[in-house]
Amino acid sequence: MLEHYLSLAIKAIFVENMALAFFLGMCSFLAVSKKVETAIGLGAAVIFVLTLAVPFNQVIINLLLKEGALAWMHPDLATVDLSFLSLLAQIGTIAALVQIVEMTLDRYAPALYAALGVFLPLIAVNCAILGASLFMEQREYSFGEATVFGIGSGIGWALAVIALAALREKMRYSNVPPALRGLGITFIVTGLMAIGFLAFSGIQL
Amino acid sequence: MDKKTKSTLIDPLFNDNPIALQVLGICSALAVTTKMETAVVMSIALTAVTTLSNLSISLIRNKIPSSIRIIVQLTIIASLVILTDQILKAFVYDIAKQLAVFVGLIITNCIVMGRAEAFAMQNGPRLAVWDGIGNGVGYSMVLLVVAFFRELLGSGKLFGINILTPVTEGGWYTPNGLMVMSPSAFFLIGIFIWILRTYKTDQVEAE
Repeated sequence: MLEHYLSLAIKAIFVENMALAFFLGMCSFLAVSKKVETAIGLGAAVIFVLTLAVPFNQVIINLLLKEGALAWMHPDLATVDLSFLSLLAQIGTIAALVQIVEMTLDRYAPALYAALGVFLPLIAVNCAILGASLFMEQREYSFGEATVFGIGSGIGWALAVIALAALREKMRYSNVPPALRGLGITFIVTGLMAIGFLAFSGIQL
Repeated sequence: MDKKTKSTLIDPLFNDNPIALQVLGICSALAVTTKMETAVVMSIALTAVTTLSNLSISLIRNKIPSSIRIIVQLTIIASLVILTDQILKAFVYDIAKQLAVFVGLIITNCIVMGRAEAFAMQNGPRLAVWDGIGNGVGYSMVLLVVAFFRELLGSGKLFGINILTPVTEGGWYTPNGLMVMSPSAFFLIGIFIWILRTYKTDQVEAE
């Protein structure tokens, strides 16, 4: 059992890295990777929200939206299939969750809020969160699997964004062709990083 | 067609391309570019969603309270995406299966949200529709260019038809395996931006 979870986590962090293998969360990935410090802030915020959002959506899908999921309320409802609402429900959950996390942090952990503050609203529209949620739905993970998958993909994304930020900080000293400066070279560096991460494919525990 | 309409429609193609310059919408885009077929369907779906969401948000822009505008926009976009998803599943089921979660990810595609927030909230419905089409096509263009090279070099085909007959089928072309994997998409976009900015030097970033 433990091995299963461990292998799922390794897969989510390295083999199927959200940013490098599925291109998810690219907008903020490219925009916020100019400095290591801000990259760490955003990475931490993504891990935090993914850890909460994926299992939460798992519960909503399995208790409310799936075909026959409403049977626990009343036997007559066993034929109801609300799965077409799952996109709307998931994005709603994520937006609401981000808002709640923001308010809670503001009230109880002001230091953490000051560090993550600017990044939290950005996260509601970060495709990595919705993407992980949709993958969870598609692969029909159980609650435990969903939690591990959420944490794992969060760590993987954070790892990629911090590594890219570190590379970009060093790149300031190199002589890049003018037309390639900024966005262009960032794409090519990300591509090279993705090749690096390909080395992890095939790892099995 | 007056000048403003024209520039609203044409600008997003080269002068203000959503992917190359505004850095929007890369998220859900690159994973669908291994084949022309999926890229075309994705392009049509995204252009339709952007256009319709721009139209509907622009129509009710004066009635949306600014404090909850993000939620309103998200709800409209999510409903449109659900509609698109259902239509795709009904008519092109095989491709919808291949696109999998990436149709759903149009919701968080920054192009849709970004254009709604930056353009549709300030302009009338007519211009907003043109802006939606322009940005949708600008995005599609990058997607199709990337998909063209990835499918041609990665498997020697276009739309599933052999162009460069691969060695495995008795031809001469050895498919480049890297092109099918994710890193090649990053390289191709990087090169696309490089070429675009060599030609349009005003887009070069000062760094």
